[in-house]
Amino acid sequence: MPTELDRLRAKLSAFARHPMHDPVPSPGGERKTGLGPADLDRFLEGGLGRGALHEIFAAGPLDAGAAAGFAAALTRRVLDDASAEKNGTDKTVVWVRQAFVNVEAGSLYGPGLAGLGLDPADLVLVEAKDPLGVLKAGLEAARCSALGAVVIEPWGAPKVLDFTASRRLALAASEAGTTVLLLRLQAEPQQSAAETRWRVAAGPSRPLAANAPGAAAFTIELLRHRTGPAGRRWHLEWDHGQCLFTQPARRAPLPRPVVSLPQRGSHPAPLPAERTRTGT
Amino acid sequence: MDRAADAAFLERIADFCDRYTPLVALDPPDGLILDITGCAHLLNGEDRLHADIKKRLAALGITVRASIAGTPEAAKALARFGRERIVPAGGEPDAVAPLPAAALDLAPQTVQALSRAGLKTVGALAERPRPPLAARFGADLVARLAGVLGERDLRITPRRPMPPTMAERSFAEPIGLEADMLEALRSLASHVCGSLETRGEGGRSFEAAFFRTDGRVFRIGIETVEPQRDPAVLIRLFRERLGALPDPLDPGFGFDFIRLAVIASEPAAMPQTSLDGSEAAEQEVSDLIDRLIARFGRDAVRRFVAVDSHIPELAARTVPALGAAEDGTPWIPPEAQSRPIHLFDPPQPIETLAEVPDGPPLRFRWRRAMHDIARAEGPERIAAEWWRADGLTRDYYRVEDGAGRRYWVFREGLYGLEAERPRWFLHGIFP
Repeated sequence: MPTELDRLRAKLSAFARHPMHDPVPSPGGERKTGLGPADLDRFLEGGLGRGALHEIFAAGPLDAGAAAGFAAALTRRVLDDASAEKNGTDKTVVWVRQAFVNVEAGSLYGPGLAGLGLDPADLVLVEAKDPLGVLKAGLEAARCSALGAVVIEPWGAPKVLDFTASRRLALAASEAGTTVLLLRLQAEPQQSAAETRWRVAAGPSRPLAANAPGAAAFTIELLRHRTGPAGRRWHLEWDHGQCLFTQPARRAPLPRPVVSLPQRGSHPAPLPAERTRTGT
Repeated sequence: MDRAADAAFLERIADFCDRYTPLVALDPPDGLILDITGCAHLLNGEDRLHADIKKRLAALGITVRASIAGTPEAAKALARFGRERIVPAGGEPDAVAPLPAAALDLAPQTVQALSRAGLKTVGALAERPRPPLAARFGADLVARLAGVLGERDLRITPRRPMPPTMAERSFAEPIGLEADMLEALRSLASHVCGSLETRGEGGRSFEAAFFRTDGRVFRIGIETVEPQRDPAVLIRLFRERLGALPDPLDPGFGFDFIRLAVIASEPAAMPQTSLDGSEAAEQEVSDLIDRLIARFGRDAVRRFVAVDSHIPELAARTVPALGAAEDGTPWIPPEAQSRPIHLFDPPQPIETLAEVPDGPPLRFRWRRAMHDIARAEGPERIAAEWWRADGLTRDYYRVEDGAGRRYWVFREGLYGLEAERPRWFLHGIFP
């Protein structure tokens, strides 16, 4: 026979389990953000892991805008889920950038970010002069659990950004539960502790009426995925209205053939030889 | 004679004297005036204070003549023209009586005129009725006389404004380790924060002054986004700031005096925790911003503000996050992706080839690479603000090259109307 006290205890523990009273949710791979296209999300086993480090490489020197746009769009996706999880807070985004990027690729432009669905008022921009400063500021921000996301954008391939540094970032991200996007311009992938690694290039858009350029489009390639297969390309479009990535129905021609997964069915097909499974 | 160097040296001595009182005024070329009202007891009396200043400055190789009196003028006259002495309250008329009339800090002609009239000492002047003196030698003389005699007390204008709240501590043995300095700051911070809390305020700007034994003073300032009165947060910010100094504090033979002052404060409500922890999250973010500002400087941490302008580079700018107004112009999201994510300021000149002079370009050269344009949309005509005479109308085009990269280019000047050969610029890059 449960006493009044037991009932109250049960009630209390029910409150404690409620996410509202749990400001630091348990970090881990459970929290994922879908990007939009079912095919892509299935390949990623649910989406992009929050509270983790992800690397985004700009494919070429002219793709800095595309990479920044992809990072901003991903941030927008992550923010939706992160703030839903924590009752509407945690929408501040810290974007750490090496000052040289502004010279080389242009400064971030508020209305452009707003056009992607990211409210510029939520953004805190940190400009550091050297890569070490970028890393320090990024790490400091990654440790803050009250942020929606952190974007770290150094220039080139500085020595300080080695495996240890990426490990530190990944640890900070998973401990604080903050999603960290490491945006790499003019750099080649090297060993790192990131959960996923992408290469992003601008993709041909679907033309609007009178052959006008269409919505933001990206050609992305998953280079590495710690917990799953990698080595696939997608052509994505950013749906500004729904704040989702979509896969345009009529695919633009891609430079090389891609392997596709079955559209239906819970088990992925056996991996073809050229697809690699990587992990640490 | 190097006046600039002398002035700098005087400033350094004034810095040193900050340890006795926050109210120090310069009396160029070679004098300092300290307002020690309410400070003397900290060193067990005026004579001890007097001896301490003389001893410390003598140790630095500086010869000092110092006097203490009820008014700055009297002390100055005594130090410059008389024997060094400490005048008890109300003793000014007797003390200054034997001084020459020049001690009144008058113009040389006036001194000469006084001397011709037989008025050679301050005492002689003091005995005279004032109105005739004022009529003969000017009201200035009478005012100065009143100051020297202690009848009129004007406060000095200190070099630095008096901080509303401060705490300080001197050490019998100089300290030099950063850990010790931070520990000392911590106790000062808890003191300062206590008095801030009593007043229901929080500090926005703090300054720690480290006084080195050889007289040099290092001042380290921090600023915060929100009013702050948590000692732990302050110490963390000071640690960041100390770590980020371009040349670290050189302790030399150590610091023997530390002062923590609140330069600016604001009313701040009592901290209240809400159930959903949203305040806690906000607090965490503003603490993070404070730390980033302390490390990278206030100009490196920025926020976007919308500006009510249709000129693209003016419509959005970034301002230091510190003191950014929360209620600026609201962001109006542009028509779906009509604005680039990267903007070049200033716009980058490009060479273009167009089919017709007022149409979109067919191809353009930017940074030595040629881009063939596959799709184009435009023009979006943005006229210069009419109140500025020098602006030209811009025709913006969104163009996409064969590889799928989208650019924002514009032609400056209407063809044939504003410019004979309009120039082209690349202004931004779309994702």
